[in-house]
Amino acid sequence: MLKISNLKVNIEEKEILKKINLSIKEGEVLALMGPNGSGKSSLASTIIGNPKYEVTKGKIDFEGENILSMTSDQRANKGIYLAFQYPVAIPGVTVREMLLTALRAKYKEIKISALELKRTIENEAEKLHLSNELLNRGLNEGFSGGEKKKMEILQMRILKPRLLILDEIDSGLDIDALATIAKNVAEMVKENKMSVLVITHYQRILNYLIPDRVAVMKDGRIVENGGKEVANRLEKHGYK
Amino acid sequence: MDISKADKIAYSYKGERGLDEKLIREISAMKQEPEWMLEKRLAAYKVYLSKPIPKWGGDISPVHFENIYYYLKPAVTEKKSWNDVPKAIKNTFERIGVPQAEQELLAGVKGQYDSEVVYGSLKKTLAKKGVLFLSMDEALKLYPDIVKKYFGTIVPMGDNKLAALNTAVWSGGSFVYVPKGVKVELPLQAYFRINSENAGQFERTLIVVEEGASVHYIEGCSAPSFSSASLHAAVVEVIVKKKAKVAYTTVQNWYKNIYNLVTKRAWVDEGGEMRWVDGNLGSALTMKYPSCVLAGDGAKGEMLSIAWAGKGQHQDTGAKMIHLAPNTTSQITSKSISKNGGRTSYRGMIQINKGAVGARSMVVCDALILDEFSRSDTYPLNKIFEEDVILEHEAVVSRVSEEQLLYLMSRGLSQHEAEAMIVNGFLEPVMKEIPMEYAVEMNRLVELEMEGSVG
Repeated sequence: MLKISNLKVNIEEKEILKKINLSIKEGEVLALMGPNGSGKSSLASTIIGNPKYEVTKGKIDFEGENILSMTSDQRANKGIYLAFQYPVAIPGVTVREMLLTALRAKYKEIKISALELKRTIENEAEKLHLSNELLNRGLNEGFSGGEKKKMEILQMRILKPRLLILDEIDSGLDIDALATIAKNVAEMVKENKMSVLVITHYQRILNYLIPDRVAVMKDGRIVENGGKEVANRLEKHGYK
Repeated sequence: MDISKADKIAYSYKGERGLDEKLIREISAMKQEPEWMLEKRLAAYKVYLSKPIPKWGGDISPVHFENIYYYLKPAVTEKKSWNDVPKAIKNTFERIGVPQAEQELLAGVKGQYDSEVVYGSLKKTLAKKGVLFLSMDEALKLYPDIVKKYFGTIVPMGDNKLAALNTAVWSGGSFVYVPKGVKVELPLQAYFRINSENAGQFERTLIVVEEGASVHYIEGCSAPSFSSASLHAAVVEVIVKKKAKVAYTTVQNWYKNIYNLVTKRAWVDEGGEMRWVDGNLGSALTMKYPSCVLAGDGAKGEMLSIAWAGKGQHQDTGAKMIHLAPNTTSQITSKSISKNGGRTSYRGMIQINKGAVGARSMVVCDALILDEFSRSDTYPLNKIFEEDVILEHEAVVSRVSEEQLLYLMSRGLSQHEAEAMIVNGFLEPVMKEIPMEYAVEMNRLVELEMEGSVG
């Protein structure tokens, strides 16, 4: 599904990812852990094609195709979705309008009913315990940290990606919210065989969203690969 | 049919280029005006000559005043029935949807080509109640006393050079009179078109709304694409009597070599409400600052504006609110967008005179800049002579951020779709205040601009 080979990335001439090799299978949950500044979020940004990140070497294959020359929207329409660590506000644009445009861009030949989409969104919002009032506001406008994170998951549920990247989804969330989000993600893994890359500093979310494998990053490199036990060890002893 | 092409219509009068006293006398004679109007015109012409061309605001040097046709009369008189309107003109009106709108959404319509009104109608029920919706020329013939009483009282000829020019050579424009207590439920609409190259359009509009009455007047403007600059210098005077309500909506989509220099002002008596809604999308340069003189206790003035400046355009727009009486309130909301080297300026003035106790004013101006070639400036001026007042001013200039673009693109929107969505979201608070059919039109124009398909 996703295969990253010998990937080197610069930001403003400085190398921040140094020869990354990583792969995720269909329906697999991979936790990517590591201390702050180790390059986890940079990897996420590179996968979705943030133009600030310059790939100097290597490739990223997604479902057998090198996606490096694709723009962010092309990657999204192939099925890659990033739940941002800090979702930006889009004043005056409701999540409905945005998703309607996104779905119409993705499924050009299929007619999307605005009314049906509205119902689906309301339904998903209820599952995430998101108040209806937020759906009528500008996207992420005046949302709390937790509401923003839930809105990221709501959009993911509608867009149904093949690969979900969760970038520090657990920061600033209480346990209830975290459990709700994890449940919504786990459902998609089970029903749609969605793959997940969980980027996290702490092990906390992994109690709710059990990873199949754990990789550890440090200074722009993958330094360890293993199972859930790696996360447990890091929780006890910290990053060295 | 393309409204950016000139319609082939005949003119019964096309004078020399340029302006002199002889032409002014000719215009007045052709219109068979009363002597006092000719005197006003001639006096205004002297004022016009005495005043220098404004140095502030935008650059109007591309307008060659000596090259302009100041009076162009289409060879048709005003038609009261749609069937009588010449085909070329009818096509343009149909293209912009005037006849359909007239049947469904409007209480009355006027259409002006160059100097003269060529089509007009008003619903019979309103005419019976004493509502008048005429061209200014007609009004001067039929109701000279009302015209004489108010003409030039709100915007005097000495106000500025372009207002003096308008007073000297005015032709056409709308006259609206709403008697005491009459509420005109559907809007009245006027459509202005400059159809000849180098034509100046100098319409004069006067709206008088008596005590407790209300009306919504809408004007739309367009012009074909010409290679050299044309001039539009209108004067609009609105009188809002005690507890009356007036809304005045403009959607200006002049072709991009029209110089649009317009003076609009309203006088608002006790408890009256004046609301300007102004959409400026076209023209090379627009300098326009609709004003409210809040003269009576509790009078209210409001301005909602949207300006769009694309390549080669400068929208220098804003508003003036002058508080003369206690408890008067004003609100200015201005949204502007600049793209492809366009320039927007917000220029506004709040004046609160001594004695206007308890006056409140709120100004919000937001500018969105879409690329590094474009520009936006804010020039606010506050003159406050009373202490017991509240004045709030908020100005935000923002750029479409790379984070916003990345966020929307990572959801599958193309860069173009993402930009258009951010722009629409930015305009949304003003759009929802604009009458539905105009909001749709504005959205369509904004989308066309975003695609860059309009030259």
